[in-house]
Amino acid sequence: MSGSETTAGGLSRRAAYEARQRKRAMRVAAGSTAAVVLALVLLVPLAPGWEKVQRSFFNREVFAKTFPGLLEAFLTNIYIFAWCAPLIAVLGLVIALCRDVRAPALYPLRLFGAIYTDVFRGLPVILVIYLVGFGIPGLGLPRPWNSPYIWGSLALILVYAAYVAEIIRSGIDSIHSSQRAAAASLGLNEKDAMRFVVLPQAIRNVAPANMNMFIALQKDVALLSFIGPVEIFRQAGVYKSLMANFTPYVGAALIFLAVTIPATRYADYLMQKQRRART
Amino acid sequence: MSAKLVLSGVRKRFGDNEVCKGIDLAVQEGQMVCLIGASGSGKSTLLRCINLLEPVDDGTILLDGRDIAEPGLDPQPVRARIGMVFQSYNLFPHMTAAENVMLAPRRVHGRSRSDLQAPVTALFERFNLGDRMGHYPDQLSGGQQQRVAIIRALAMQPEIMLFDEITSALDPELVGEVLDVLRSLRAEGMTMILATHEMAFAQEVADKVCFLDKGRILEEGPPETIFGAPREARTAAFLSRVL
Repeated sequence: MSGSETTAGGLSRRAAYEARQRKRAMRVAAGSTAAVVLALVLLVPLAPGWEKVQRSFFNREVFAKTFPGLLEAFLTNIYIFAWCAPLIAVLGLVIALCRDVRAPALYPLRLFGAIYTDVFRGLPVILVIYLVGFGIPGLGLPRPWNSPYIWGSLALILVYAAYVAEIIRSGIDSIHSSQRAAAASLGLNEKDAMRFVVLPQAIRNVAPANMNMFIALQKDVALLSFIGPVEIFRQAGVYKSLMANFTPYVGAALIFLAVTIPATRYADYLMQKQRRART
Repeated sequence: MSAKLVLSGVRKRFGDNEVCKGIDLAVQEGQMVCLIGASGSGKSTLLRCINLLEPVDDGTILLDGRDIAEPGLDPQPVRARIGMVFQSYNLFPHMTAAENVMLAPRRVHGRSRSDLQAPVTALFERFNLGDRMGHYPDQLSGGQQQRVAIIRALAMQPEIMLFDEITSALDPELVGEVLDVLRSLRAEGMTMILATHEMAFAQEVADKVCFLDKGRILEEGPPETIFGAPREARTAAFLSRVL
C-alpha cells in the first residue's frame, strides 16, 4: 500500500487514505453484525421456553395455511385507508385554514378549529372509535348507515385530521413573513397570498411529516377491528382461536411491516431530499 | 407644481421604539429620491409605511393628493400602484421567474397568461434575462434574482417604485448589474424612492438626497449639496464614515 499514492489509479493521497478507512470500517461492521446474529441464533434456542414459543408463534404449517387469508383481510385495511386518507387531507387543510382566519365575522370558525384540534388530539384514538362507532349507529339509523365501516372510518378521519391540521398550520407558520410582505406589496389580497404563495410552500415543507401521519394511520386502521370490521388484525384473531396458535399474528405483523417499512424509508428519503434542496 | 407623493408628520412606533418621528417628504413625478443614513435610522420603515406594509401611527401620506395613510383604508389597491423591491429579493421559491412576475397581474388585474406572455417576455429581455424565465429562483444568481424581483414589481405598471437597500445582500461584483437596471428606469422617468448605502450611486443619479438620523430627515437637498457641503455636522460625520 505504501508508496502507491502517486500511482493508485490517479487517487490523491487523501482519497486513497479514505478508501482504506472505508474498507476497514466495512470489515469491522460486517464482523460485529455476524457475531451478534450468530449469538442470537445460538443462544435464543437455549432458553427454556424456546420450543413452546417456536411452536405457538413461528409454526410453519399454521403460517402457510393462514397467510393467504390474512393477505385477503389486509385488502380491507387498504380500502379503509384509501378512503380515509384523502378525506383526512381535505379536512385537515380546512381545519388548519379555519385556525388562521383573521376576519372578526369568522371568529366562530377560528374557535371551532381550536376546540376541534384540542379535543381530537386529546383523546385516545380507540376511545373516539368506540364513541363514534357505537354511538352513532345506536341512533337506530337504517342500512347501510349503521355500518361500522362508515362510523369507524369517520372516527379515524376526525382524529387524524386534527393532527394533520396542526402539521399544516406549523407549515404555514414556517413560511417567513417576508413572503407575505412580498405578496402584499404586489397588491395581492390575503386570500390569494395564502393560496398562491404561502400554502404551496407550507404543504411542501410538511409533506414528510404528513407522510409519517399516514403511516401511523395505516397501522391504526387495525383498531377498527374492535367495533366489527374484519380486517387483518381481527382475521388473525379468528385464526388464532381456530388453531389455538399465535402464528397468524406474526403473519399479520409481517404484512404490516412489508407496507410500513418502505413507506417510512420513502418519507425519510423525501425529507432528506428537501434538506438537500434547501442548502 | 403638485407632487406625486407628499408625506407630512409621518410617525411609526414599534413598542417603545419610535422609528419614524414625524417625517416630511415631497416626491415629484419622475424624481429619484435617495434615502441615506445609518442602519436603524428609519429608512426601511419609512418605505414600508409608504407601501402600507406597516400601518402609520400618525401623519398623512398623499398619493396624487389622496391620503393613503388613513386608518381603515383598504391597502390593496394602493399597493398595486406602488412597486416595492426588498433587500432579500423575496421571490416566491416554488415558482419560476416568469410565474413570479405573472402572479400579481393575473390575480390583481385579472389578466390571462397568454395576454401577459408578450409584455413579460419583453421585460425579461430588456433586463437581459430572456433565457432565465423558466428558471426557479434557486437556479439564479443573487443579481439575477434581484432583477427578477424588479421585473415582478414593474409588471404591475406601478406609478412609484420603492427600493429597500436592494444591493446590500449582493456580492460586490453583482451590484453593478442591478444598479444598471435603476439607471435604465431613471432614464425612462420612473418615480423612485431608494434607501441605499451606495453613496457613489446616489451621488450620480439622485435628484434629491435625504439624510435620515434617528427617525427624522435631518437634511435634504440635491446630491451636490449633501455630499459636497452638508449643512449639519451629523451628516458630515456620517458621510466621512461611509465615503
